[in-house]
Amino acid sequence: MSASVGRIVALAGPGANPVDDVRRMLALHFMVNAFRAGAVVAVLGAVIGWYMVLRRQSFVGHTLAVVSFPGAAAALWLGVSVTAGYFAGSIVAALVIALVPRSPAGRAGSQESAVIGTVQAFALATGALFVSLYGGFLDSVTGLLFGSFLGVSDGQVVALAVVAVVVLAAMAVLGRPLFFATVDRNVAVARGVPERVLSVAFLLVLGCTAAEVSQITGALLVFALLVMPAAAAQQLTARPVLGLALAVALGLAVVWSALGVAFYSTWPVGFFVSTFGFAAYLAAMAVRLVRARTRRSAEREPGPAAVGAAGMVGA
Amino acid sequence: MTTAAFFVLAHPFLTSAFGAGTAIAVASGLVGYVVVLRGQVFAGDALSHVAFTGALAALAFGVDLRLGLYGGCVAFALLLAVLGRRSEADDTVVGSVFAWVLGLGALFLSLFTTSSSGTGGSGGTTGVSVLFGSILGLSGSQARTDVVVSAAVAVVLVAVARPLVFATLDPAVARSRGVPVRALSTAFLVLLGVTAGVATQAVGALLLLGLLAAPAGAAHRLTARPFRALWLSAGIAVGSMWAGLTVAYLVPSVPPSFGILGVATAVYLSTFAWTSRRRRHGATGAGGGAAPDRAGPSVSPLVTP
Repeated sequence: MSASVGRIVALAGPGANPVDDVRRMLALHFMVNAFRAGAVVAVLGAVIGWYMVLRRQSFVGHTLAVVSFPGAAAALWLGVSVTAGYFAGSIVAALVIALVPRSPAGRAGSQESAVIGTVQAFALATGALFVSLYGGFLDSVTGLLFGSFLGVSDGQVVALAVVAVVVLAAMAVLGRPLFFATVDRNVAVARGVPERVLSVAFLLVLGCTAAEVSQITGALLVFALLVMPAAAAQQLTARPVLGLALAVALGLAVVWSALGVAFYSTWPVGFFVSTFGFAAYLAAMAVRLVRARTRRSAEREPGPAAVGAAGMVGA
Repeated sequence: MTTAAFFVLAHPFLTSAFGAGTAIAVASGLVGYVVVLRGQVFAGDALSHVAFTGALAALAFGVDLRLGLYGGCVAFALLLAVLGRRSEADDTVVGSVFAWVLGLGALFLSLFTTSSSGTGGSGGTTGVSVLFGSILGLSGSQARTDVVVSAAVAVVLVAVARPLVFATLDPAVARSRGVPVRALSTAFLVLLGVTAGVATQAVGALLLLGLLAAPAGAAHRLTARPFRALWLSAGIAVGSMWAGLTVAYLVPSVPPSFGILGVATAVYLSTFAWTSRRRRHGATGAGGGAAPDRAGPSVSPLVTP
């Protein structure tokens, strides 16, 4: 149903005056809600994603994002709130991954990733089971997987905002010790930082974030909002506060522009979110490479001061 | 079980499913073991999503689905190999690229659905069957192709298994002994890409990761000897495939992909119970045999993406 609304709207097409177009778009209540929800989701995804990229936990993040799908499919089948289903799926998976014992043989990395992969595939298979039991409209299945932003209600926006505030508050408490434990694990443990508790808490935060973002982008494309703005920001700066601010700004820009373009297009919003995010990432990478090259060429042609300094060091 | 075996022989679609399923399970069990050993499960995850995009791109442009499937998977595998060679590729780069590829997949799904939905939306059905597999819908000729491709993957993997395991466990020594480490890792990624392509037809793009990871993870827990684990992984995969297909046949509301992955996950779970019990018994005698939780430098080559 939502797709047909999109098509009808798209038939109107963008006019010659962009200001007029934006005004026309914002006159529609569901679009305003989509922009509000998109803003909440972009901020949350960028902040938590920044930590995820820093901790090199992309695989876990992707898994938690994807497993919100079986939760939502189960909710659809049982006839309860899909929002609750998204959260249940992601939080249960976060707990399962956190509870798995570290491998006894010492191959911690490879064993753990086998567990994560199995959790992901099994959860998706469960989702397929619920979809088959539900036996309903395929539109809603692809909506769960690839997102639909057209049906966001006022209540959902409030719910999204409340959860986002709770998660960000938790992150404000966790943030500093988590950063410490990530950047220098051994020193942090020696200084009494509870590393194990922090990593479990972060998994839960990541699960809540994934569930929250799924409602806009669909379970399969959450990962784009988690990883791309954060990865782009980390290409540009290594400073935490600046990086977080940059990630949030990029996330907002990506989501809002994607929503705006998708409004006038028949193509899915998830495609625009991931494409704009990827473009931002590539641009950030290019900026970093250019910067590195100019710095290198500056070093290759040392001015008189640099030569003098080198001579003093030699002496 | 015997009645199930009777029905399998009675229905041609079940013969196709069991034949192709067995071959695909052998290939993914063998490849999956090396995937877990090399710590490349995330690459398998990425490839499974690329399989979806490849298949739907082929459908959207009106060519044979398998062309897009294998083409997309092998191309992405080569891209991973190139990115890995430049040594600045980490899971963030891989993640960003495949998240974008998945977004493209959403676009192709929508293009394909709108182009074919005039009469009743068969596009959506095809999209869902690429995602979640349709092994019971394989035709005889499709099943034969799958068997040939899977057998080729299995033969190549067994042929290079010894140097591949050597190069994985100790790349520096292997290189100094003349093993072509770099060529092997590229070849293995291509093999993984082909496996992803063929497994997509059995269990679907989203679920093939389980066929790679669960039997291999179980085999890793059960034995530390590489070649025994390699065959054990293939055996568990085949067993899960047969049991899952039987369950799906006997209980019609259970999709076959769920049956297969449910059995594979149950086997993996039971190995946790089994090895932790054995460890408890062993610990009373040997005293803390499980102490090296972090095995230092020997872990690092395994974690490289």
